[in-house]
Amino acid sequence: MSLVAKQLSTENVAINFGPSHPATHGTLHIHMELDGEIVTKASPEIGYLHSGFEKLGEHLDYNQYITITDRMNYLSPMCNNVAYALAAEKLLDIEVPKRAQYIRVIMCELSRIADHMCSMGMQAVDIGAFTVFLYNWRMREKIYDLFEMVCGSRLTTSYTRVGGLMRDVPEDFVAATRRVLDDIPTALEQIDGLLSHNRIWLDRTRHIGVISQDQAISYGLTGPIARATGISYDLRVKEPYSSYEDFDFDVIVGANGDVYDRFNVRLYEMWESLKIVRQALDKLPDGPINIDADSKYILPPRDEIFNSIEALIHHFEITMENRGFTPVVGEAYVPTESPNGELGYYIVSDGNRTPYRVRTRTPSLINFSVFHEIMPGQSVSDTVAVLGSLNIIAGELDR
Amino acid sequence: MADRLAQFLEMKFGEAFIEVDESDDVSTIHIRGTKILELLRMLKTDPRFAYNFLADITAVDHLKKGGHARYSVVYHLLNQHDSKRIVVHAWIDEEDPLLPSVTALWRTADWQEREVFDLFGIKFDGHPDLRKILNPDSFQYHPLRKDYPLQGLGERDDFKVVKRSIGSKWVEERSFE
Repeated sequence: MSLVAKQLSTENVAINFGPSHPATHGTLHIHMELDGEIVTKASPEIGYLHSGFEKLGEHLDYNQYITITDRMNYLSPMCNNVAYALAAEKLLDIEVPKRAQYIRVIMCELSRIADHMCSMGMQAVDIGAFTVFLYNWRMREKIYDLFEMVCGSRLTTSYTRVGGLMRDVPEDFVAATRRVLDDIPTALEQIDGLLSHNRIWLDRTRHIGVISQDQAISYGLTGPIARATGISYDLRVKEPYSSYEDFDFDVIVGANGDVYDRFNVRLYEMWESLKIVRQALDKLPDGPINIDADSKYILPPRDEIFNSIEALIHHFEITMENRGFTPVVGEAYVPTESPNGELGYYIVSDGNRTPYRVRTRTPSLINFSVFHEIMPGQSVSDTVAVLGSLNIIAGELDR
Repeated sequence: MADRLAQFLEMKFGEAFIEVDESDDVSTIHIRGTKILELLRMLKTDPRFAYNFLADITAVDHLKKGGHARYSVVYHLLNQHDSKRIVVHAWIDEEDPLLPSVTALWRTADWQEREVFDLFGIKFDGHPDLRKILNPDSFQYHPLRKDYPLQGLGERDDFKVVKRSIGSKWVEERSFE
């Protein structure tokens, strides 16, 4: 037998992972070279969902583009809305009222919980733990019910406006949010109980897809992936925006940079998000949600439009083609902490009512570029574990 | 501060240095593209700057807006120790746009420079693997240039027509390659 075995030569096998594979959750394509079960080379090929959003942005005005930002990271559309509105407001040099800032924080943090729930559930279902996925999905639906309550839609929220919000939250929003917040700890404890000390989960995630701190900085990684390596950089603390400095919360940091640490960072970040939402609900100030309508950036109230000629003209001035507000010539970039990492819109204006250039710095694209470096030496089945832990959103990856 | 930075950069880079814009809370350095690698290496390694993190690379086509040249490649740098940011514009001319690649300083430049190459047609000297990243290989143009129209240049007009049977009828249907 041993003589025969010596003569057998092995060859590396090339396989295609995706572009339509149930574990990619989006159209990702990875060329992989395998030596038996071990990946020797993995080169991602992206662009299957390229939709030209940046080109489109040069032809839509500042408020119209908000509807496009929903479609980028479709797990946390609210964060995209807020990030874009902040960049546009920096360009126009306006600051929204405190109430709007707090509501934006509440929406961002609820989105973060929903996004982490979803990405963890996806990761678990790929590895084989189906129950977690269903538990998480149930919680995520409750958060989406809140989004439906404030803006009428669950995914394509388009809730922010340049200079404020689409509308104020309904009266029973605070009570309804508190009810959801009371349910979330149970869900988090369930995830914790099902996975954190689960022998199979530990074997599938620990020491898998390890990223070092140097790699994380060199590859520009941000968010939970960078924090899992031990880099304590959270934009909400280091470069606060939208009143994040008013809230007291901790930055969750891992140590090993493997899949298990990324899972843990996400899990404990949800506890911190809960803290932030509770504080924001407690301190939610009264007052307007939009900047003054006289500034001509924001539509006047609906009943005034129907009852006064000035407000009607004002409404037309903003919504008609060839009208609308125009920022000065300049550029703005506001980094925000989205659930996946640094999300920033870089807007260049030439003084027209449409932006001259809208660039989205998406975490998914930049986080995914490390993939080819961490995969060699891992087994095929680890590919889905690593992909799930990087939480690549195809809409944001290809834009 | 701005004047000192401008003086320092002018001394260091001579004619390649254009200006420092301090009108915003984040300062912006404008420089000719040929010197971009040296400038970014200095900003990264010099302890007085220590911008250790490259957040973003993108480009702007100034065809309709005007500027120091046709294109500027924009680098967003971050100093993670004291949370300072700086923006660098590297200006390049219309003919044969070529910049030195910064992949030797930050590996994240790999994909981002590929994206700029794909969407703007700006080439990067010294890039290990400069291929298109978002658009298909057969696509000839660079869509984010300002002379490329929003609705395309008719790339979709000559997609193959395949015949498919729906029920008992054969119908002609446009299809992708």
